[in-house]
Amino acid sequence: MKFVDEFRAPEVIAKTCKEIKRLSDPNRHYRIMEVCGGHTHAIYRFGLKDLLPSNIELIHGPGCPVCVLPMGRIDDGLAIAQQPDVIFAAFGDMMRVPGTHGSPLEHKARGMDVRIVYSPADALKLAQTNPDKHVMFFAIGFETTAPSTALTLMRAQSQGTHNFSVFCNHVTIIPAIRAILDSPDMRLDAFIGPGHVSTVIGCRPYEWIAKKENKPVAVSGFEPLDILQSIVMVLRQLKGEEAKIENQYKRVVPWEGNSAALRAMAEVFELRPYFEWRGLGFISQSALRIRSSYAEWDSEQRFEVPGVRVTDPKAAQCGEVLKGVLKPHQCKLFGKECTPEHPIGALMVSSEGSCAAYFNYEHRKMEMVTSIAMPA
Amino acid sequence: MNAAVDPRSPQFQPETTVSSNARSETVPPALRFRDPQIEMAHGAGGKASRRLVEGLFAPLLFASSSEPLGDAAHLDFNGTRIAITTDSFVVKPLHFPGGSIGELAVNGTVNDLAVSGAKAEAMVVTYVLEAGLPTAVLEAEVRAMGNAARRAGIAIAGGDTKVVEHGKADFMYITTTGIGRPLPGVKIDPGSVRAGDKILLSGAIGDHGITILLARGELDLEADLRSDTRSVFPLVEAMVRVAGPGIRWMRDPTRGGVATSLNELARDCGLGMVLTEEAIPMHDAVRGACELLGLDPLHIANEGQFLAVVAPEYADAALNALNLSPGGADAQIIGEVREQPGGAVLVTTGYGGSRIVDMLVGDPLPRIC
Repeated sequence: MKFVDEFRAPEVIAKTCKEIKRLSDPNRHYRIMEVCGGHTHAIYRFGLKDLLPSNIELIHGPGCPVCVLPMGRIDDGLAIAQQPDVIFAAFGDMMRVPGTHGSPLEHKARGMDVRIVYSPADALKLAQTNPDKHVMFFAIGFETTAPSTALTLMRAQSQGTHNFSVFCNHVTIIPAIRAILDSPDMRLDAFIGPGHVSTVIGCRPYEWIAKKENKPVAVSGFEPLDILQSIVMVLRQLKGEEAKIENQYKRVVPWEGNSAALRAMAEVFELRPYFEWRGLGFISQSALRIRSSYAEWDSEQRFEVPGVRVTDPKAAQCGEVLKGVLKPHQCKLFGKECTPEHPIGALMVSSEGSCAAYFNYEHRKMEMVTSIAMPA
Repeated sequence: MNAAVDPRSPQFQPETTVSSNARSETVPPALRFRDPQIEMAHGAGGKASRRLVEGLFAPLLFASSSEPLGDAAHLDFNGTRIAITTDSFVVKPLHFPGGSIGELAVNGTVNDLAVSGAKAEAMVVTYVLEAGLPTAVLEAEVRAMGNAARRAGIAIAGGDTKVVEHGKADFMYITTTGIGRPLPGVKIDPGSVRAGDKILLSGAIGDHGITILLARGELDLEADLRSDTRSVFPLVEAMVRVAGPGIRWMRDPTRGGVATSLNELARDCGLGMVLTEEAIPMHDAVRGACELLGLDPLHIANEGQFLAVVAPEYADAALNALNLSPGGADAQIIGEVREQPGGAVLVTTGYGGSRIVDMLVGDPLPRIC
C-alpha cells in the first residue's frame, strides 16, 4: 500500500537500526521523549522497542489529549448533556473515558443521547438534522483538531445554526513541553516532536527547546521508519553536541505551519489564562476558549457548568506516568485495578494513552522467558 | 456461543443417573459477572462478552460450566450425535455491499456448525419485526434467506414471528437455530492443540466489518469492498477430507475478529499463538481503512472466513486443499502455536518488531485525535 509500505520496508529499517547502533554510545543512557500519543501508540504497535539498543529509553510524553483532560471536565460535559433535549457528540476516543459516574458510553447505556462523530462538522450536521435538539460537541485535542472545531464554529455562525455548541477542551502543546522541562524530576536528552500538531503550527515554535534548553528535536511521522529516522536525527545531534530542530516529517509538515488553519484558530479561539492538566496541574496559557464573538456557540456560556474539580483516585499515578517519571507498569494500579476494560485513569483508555498501549501490546511480552523468533 | 454440553447431563438423558457435574438446585452457583449494567461491549464479541457468558450464563445454564465454549454444542442421544447452534442477527444497515441480514443469518448458522466439525442439516428461524417495516424489505430478506439456504444445502424447517412497536427494534432482528451432523473423524478440542501446530486462515480478513462500517455512511469513505458472507462448509469439508485427523480446532472469527478468536484459544489451551503479520491475507482497502481509522484489522469482524489449527504434518495438505477449492485461493498459514507467550497472541513483523494482540475491548471505535 502506497505511503505505508515504503515506511515499513524491512531492509531500510534494518539499515536505520544499524545506524542507530553506530551513533549511540554504549556507555551512555539516552532518554528520548516522544511527545505525541500517536507516537507512543506506534512504538508499541510496531514493537519498535525490540529494534532499539537497550540504552535508548523512550519516554512517553503528554501528547494524548484524552489523557491530559482532568476528570472534572468530563463530568462538566456530561452534566450539560443531562439537561433535556441535549445530544452529547464526541470523537470515539472520548467514549470510554471515565467520569466520576461513568464514561459517556456508560451514560449512553443508561439512556443519555450520546453520538460518536468523526469530525466537528458531523456534529454540526447532526444539529441541523435535529432542529428540536441541542447538539453539544465535546471538543478535545491539541492544535491538530482545533482548526476543524474553529471552522465548524465559523460555519455554525454563518449558517445561523443556533442549536449547536462546543464544549471546548482544546489545549496547546508548547506549554505542556515547557512544564515537562521545568519539572525537576525530569531528565531528558532529546525530543521526538509531534507530527500532526506540527502540520498546523510548523516547526518554529519548538526553536526555544534547542536554543534555550539545548535539547535536539526531530519532528516525526508515525510509521516505523519515521520514528527510527527521527531517533537517528537526534542521536546524530547528540553525538555532534549540537541542538536544533529537524523536520523528519517534511512530506506533511511545512516549516511555517498551516497559515489558513492558524487564522481560523485565531478568529474563534483565545488563550485561557490557565487550564488544569491531569498530572501536570494548572498551566498558564495552555488551553483555548471560545471568543466572546462566538459566545452563542460556547457550551460553557450557554449552560450552567458545575465546574467541580475532581481529583484522580489517590492510588492512581497517572500524573507521574504522563510526565514520564514512571513507566506505565510501575504504577500501583497498572493491570490490577486499572485495565483497558475497567480503566481508572484515561491513560488506560485511549489507544494513545501510554498505559493502554503498554497493556495491549507490551506487558505480557515482559513475562516471556524465551525470546521470540519468527515462525518458520 | 454455545457450551460444549456434557452429553451425560440430565436434561438430555432423563432416564440415566444424574451426572456428577450437574448442579443441585438448592446451591446457587457463584456468579463472577459483576458489571452493574449491560453495555454495547457485552455484545461486541470481545472480553466483555466472554465475561458475561462465562460469569453469568454458563454457571446458571450449562451443566458443566468449566468446558471451553465452542461455536456449536455436540450432543449424543444414545449414540446419535447431533450438533446444535443458535445465533441472532441485528446488523444495521440490513443491506450492505455483498449481502444482507437474511443471507448473513443462514451463513452464520451454517458456519458455526461447520467450524464445530458438522454439516448443517436444518434450521428454524425467528423474526422480530418492527411495526411499520415495509413488506418489500421483509420479502427481500426472506428471499435472501431462502436463496442462501438452498446454496448452503440447509433446510429451513420452521419459524416464529413477533412484531414489536415502532421504535422498539431496528427494522428487524433474526434469530436462528441450526442442527447439523458431525463429520466423522473430526474432533474440535482446544485441549488437543500442541506447540508446533500450524494456524491456517481461509482468506482475506476484515471485509465484512469494514464494509458494514462504511455502509453506515457515517464516514465519508468509499471503498470497493464487499462483505465476505458465505458458507465456509465447502472449504471445511475439503480440508477435512485430506487432513481430518490433524485438525485440532476451528473457529469462524466473526465479532472481535481473528485476534479475539485466537486469544480465546490461547486462554483455553494455555499456549501462545505466534502470527507472522505479512502472511495474514488482507485486501488493500481493508488495510487502508484500518490505517486511517486507527483500527486493528485483527479485531474486525468476518462472516465468511475460518481459522484452523492443524497438526504440522497435515498443514501443507490442509492448505493445499483450501487453495484448490473455490474461494480458498487466499488461504494461508499465518503462524504457529508456541509454548510462549502462554495464553496470548503475538504478532511478529517483517522488520523484527513484535506485539501482543489482545482480545477486542469494547466496540472498535475509530480513533480520531
